[in-house]
Amino acid sequence: MEGLPILSLMMLVPLAGAAACLFSGANAARWIALGATLVTFVLGIVLWSNYQIGGPQWQFTERAALFAGFSWALGIDGIALMLIMLSVFLMPICILASWQSVQKRVGEYMAAFQIMQVLMIGTYAAQDLFLFYVFFEAGLIPMYLIIGVWGGDNRIYASYKFFLYTLFGSVLMLIAMFWMVAQANTSDIPTLMQYDFPVQAQTWLWLAFFASFAVKVPMWPLHTWLPDAHVQAPTAGSVILAGVLLKLGGYGFIRFSLPMFPEASAQWAWLVFALSMIAVVYTSLVALVQTDMKKLIAYSSVAHMAIVTVGLFAFNVQGLEGAMIVMLSHGLVSAALFLCVGVIYDRLHTREIARYGGLAINMPYYALFFLLFTMASIGLPGTSGFVGEFLSLAGIYQTSSLVALVSTTGIILGAAYMLYLYRRVAFGGQANADAAAMRDISAREWAMMAPIAAAVLWMGVYPESFLAPMRADIAALDARLSSAAPAGDARLAPGAPREHAANAVEHHEGTENAGAKEGAQ
Amino acid sequence: MDFAASFALVLPELVLTGAGLVLLLVAAWGGDKAGRLIAIAAATALFAAGFLLVPALHTGADGPATLAFGGLMKIDTFALFAKALIYLSAIAALIIAPAFFDSPSAGTERGMRAEYPVLILFSSVGMSIMVSASDFMTLYLGLELTSLTSYVLAAILRRDTRSGEAGLKYFVLGALASGILLYGISLLYGFTGGTAFTAVREGLTGTMGTGALFGVIFVLSGLAFKISAVPFHMWTPDVYEGAPTPVTAFFSTAPKVAAVALTARVVFEVFGGQVAAWQQIVMFMALASIIFGALGAIGQENLKRLLAYSSINNIGFILLGLAVANAEGASAMLVYLFIYVVMSIGSFAALLMLRGEDGTLYETFADIRGLSVTRPAIAWALLLFMFSLAGIPPLLGFYSKFVVFQATIEAGLVAFGAIAIAASVIGAFYYIKFVKVMFFDEPAGVVTGKSGPAHWVLLGLTALIVLPLGYLLTPSLTDLADKAAASLFLVP
Repeated sequence: MEGLPILSLMMLVPLAGAAACLFSGANAARWIALGATLVTFVLGIVLWSNYQIGGPQWQFTERAALFAGFSWALGIDGIALMLIMLSVFLMPICILASWQSVQKRVGEYMAAFQIMQVLMIGTYAAQDLFLFYVFFEAGLIPMYLIIGVWGGDNRIYASYKFFLYTLFGSVLMLIAMFWMVAQANTSDIPTLMQYDFPVQAQTWLWLAFFASFAVKVPMWPLHTWLPDAHVQAPTAGSVILAGVLLKLGGYGFIRFSLPMFPEASAQWAWLVFALSMIAVVYTSLVALVQTDMKKLIAYSSVAHMAIVTVGLFAFNVQGLEGAMIVMLSHGLVSAALFLCVGVIYDRLHTREIARYGGLAINMPYYALFFLLFTMASIGLPGTSGFVGEFLSLAGIYQTSSLVALVSTTGIILGAAYMLYLYRRVAFGGQANADAAAMRDISAREWAMMAPIAAAVLWMGVYPESFLAPMRADIAALDARLSSAAPAGDARLAPGAPREHAANAVEHHEGTENAGAKEGAQ
Repeated sequence: MDFAASFALVLPELVLTGAGLVLLLVAAWGGDKAGRLIAIAAATALFAAGFLLVPALHTGADGPATLAFGGLMKIDTFALFAKALIYLSAIAALIIAPAFFDSPSAGTERGMRAEYPVLILFSSVGMSIMVSASDFMTLYLGLELTSLTSYVLAAILRRDTRSGEAGLKYFVLGALASGILLYGISLLYGFTGGTAFTAVREGLTGTMGTGALFGVIFVLSGLAFKISAVPFHMWTPDVYEGAPTPVTAFFSTAPKVAAVALTARVVFEVFGGQVAAWQQIVMFMALASIIFGALGAIGQENLKRLLAYSSINNIGFILLGLAVANAEGASAMLVYLFIYVVMSIGSFAALLMLRGEDGTLYETFADIRGLSVTRPAIAWALLLFMFSLAGIPPLLGFYSKFVVFQATIEAGLVAFGAIAIAASVIGAFYYIKFVKVMFFDEPAGVVTGKSGPAHWVLLGLTALIVLPLGYLLTPSLTDLADKAAASLFLVP
């Protein structure tokens, strides 16, 4: 693969697809979009299979000086690789999800999604600070249009809120970036990750970056744009929001805040913990009382992302790995849950939970998939959710048992609201005739659900495939953080093991054989 | 004094003056029937004058060789850069005019006005003098030539009350501002004993007296009026709304460039030794312009009025570069100015294409509802300009904000920059309202008319520059702006 600029190629394909979609009719645009995203996915597989685990930290690097202050610097490590894989995996599914539900301005819709994909890949692959910012921020334009043009009734309010919240967050980050580049005299991200900024300045820089990423994650109390945007966005828009866009915040923390400002991260960890603890409990309780399915899943996203932030700021390997797996898992599971909502929304055009009931009777396959994703969201062992949440909470337990205690209630509450949702939608009697008459999932919907289900199970049963590429990078990050890591209150000290097990029968020297004989008799 | 050398330096102005005088005669005898022809001739003259700038701009011009008429004018790279931008804007204002004057919106006197191109030409001459002034006398001369032609241009639709009102308001307030400026100049003359920039600068060295400080403040206030910076901005929305749209497009570009360039030259070349005296004032004006320009725009329904507030907002960012008070800041300011001019021309060209079946121009939000369905090309172009004005990457407007803020932060004005950039989010609110109205609302269906090729070319060109292809220009643009900014700081 030497010399082939595969990352640029992965961005070029959807860009060309987007341009073609803009100028073609509805049906052609659908097929072009599907083709382009599938090609990108194949390129993604090529990328993953050529990624050398244990090789250099930054692979597939491309570098070309552009103009004043910018350079086209791309390159990925294991963390970026996994997140790129997540977005290229979800994108064809998004296109399929909007195959029939989007009927107006199809060409522009498909173009917006593909531009979104270009920007996502660019954000994860950028190795230049300003290039990262350009990709990070440019996503606002297509997302604003997706929510505003193809969204639900209250779409205008939601689109404004989304746009202004995220813009406000990121402009402060831009100011911090200028300062960093002026100070370190480089905009190269790998170099900056090793640069030691003065501790005093780190405090402010960390806050500026936090303003941006906390909105994206989103952390309580900056999360209010998310339920609005999710509910009003079309199904595929929700999938992209939950599956990929929210991960930008987590990626930002792991790529910028933690390695670039380790001291400030330790200093502000209490803030992250406090906000995350509130988010886990509060948003879970809010989710419990929702009557709108999408809103419920949106609030559950906030709770799950709080587990991510808790894991990230645990300052140890388990926490970081757990946070990454929760991000990947949540990307798959919440995307799948939104698809599940989309499937029945397409049939009945309502998201009111009370309008459904007993779907397991007339839509058995649908109920099966829905159950699997519900369980994955709760964190049932064997699904991806378990692996991530367990690692995250194990990590945070070493740092603060209180935070671990409060965060773990999120799992219980999660089970409460998800099972409650599932009972009302899939079990019970068929209260509404129109809901009872709905057909089971079609071949197209199979094609959307089955790959996600397979990935969820794969990640749950054999997470090593996903952990292996990230291991070296997370170890490097952990080493970078070690000097600033808080002591932790769990005091996990290896004890002095007894010589024998507690229930061992006392033996005398030279009587082993005799004892064995006695046992055999 | 070597007049031949001086005349060679002001050759572009001579070309424009000559062309203006000849075309005035043509207008006098040919009447409005010759209007279109005069416009073409004027555009050619401007193009020729612009072409004359190229060699000097290419090699760079600094030092004593750039002084003309015994130090009254200074044709350095900075002046050349500003002039090139002014001529380009003036050409654009000429290109978009005929279609407007032919439409029913021009009132009872339809048809291209013969005076319009001539006034634009004289205004351009005035602006050329402004940006190359190196003496307060020349400065005032150029400023008044520009202002007087502008008053007439604002009121060019004689039978239209809005146009007349705009002209009158502009004249009264403009005259007041000129008075303030002149008073400031007289104070400076009194306390320093000279009108030449170098003489005033020398007189201001050391501890500055209260009288001289007042002179500085009065001069800055007068100039702030001309660039419509807060708190001297009140005239802008009224004049922009009332004046005919091509004239508004002209006002928001060429005179802005000239006034900003003039302000930069005055603060650096005259007050350059007393940075502490003016830096706070400029910082205040920058922040106030950004915030009030954004807040004022929120409730507006008329698009021209909205763009007026947008121009106030943009002046704030331009002044941000000025407030940095070093060569990087000045260079960033020039880059911003160029990109701002491109975005303004594009936005106004798009505005002039919002025509009904009979050619009537529409200019409120209610009229452009659902424009993306009825006229998708115009809607997409406007979308690009609005996101670009809001500074969203990867559009070119982001780059202009990028350089200005980079200069601010590198100079250590972190808190100042942070407040300014946070305030820029307020501005984003009304820019995305444009997009909301055009893309999210149901079509109003009034904008159905066709537009001429001239508008399409202008719109396409500016849209391509904004759609990030303009980044390809940035290396040479930055290079030019650096050279131009450097020539401001050559004064010992």
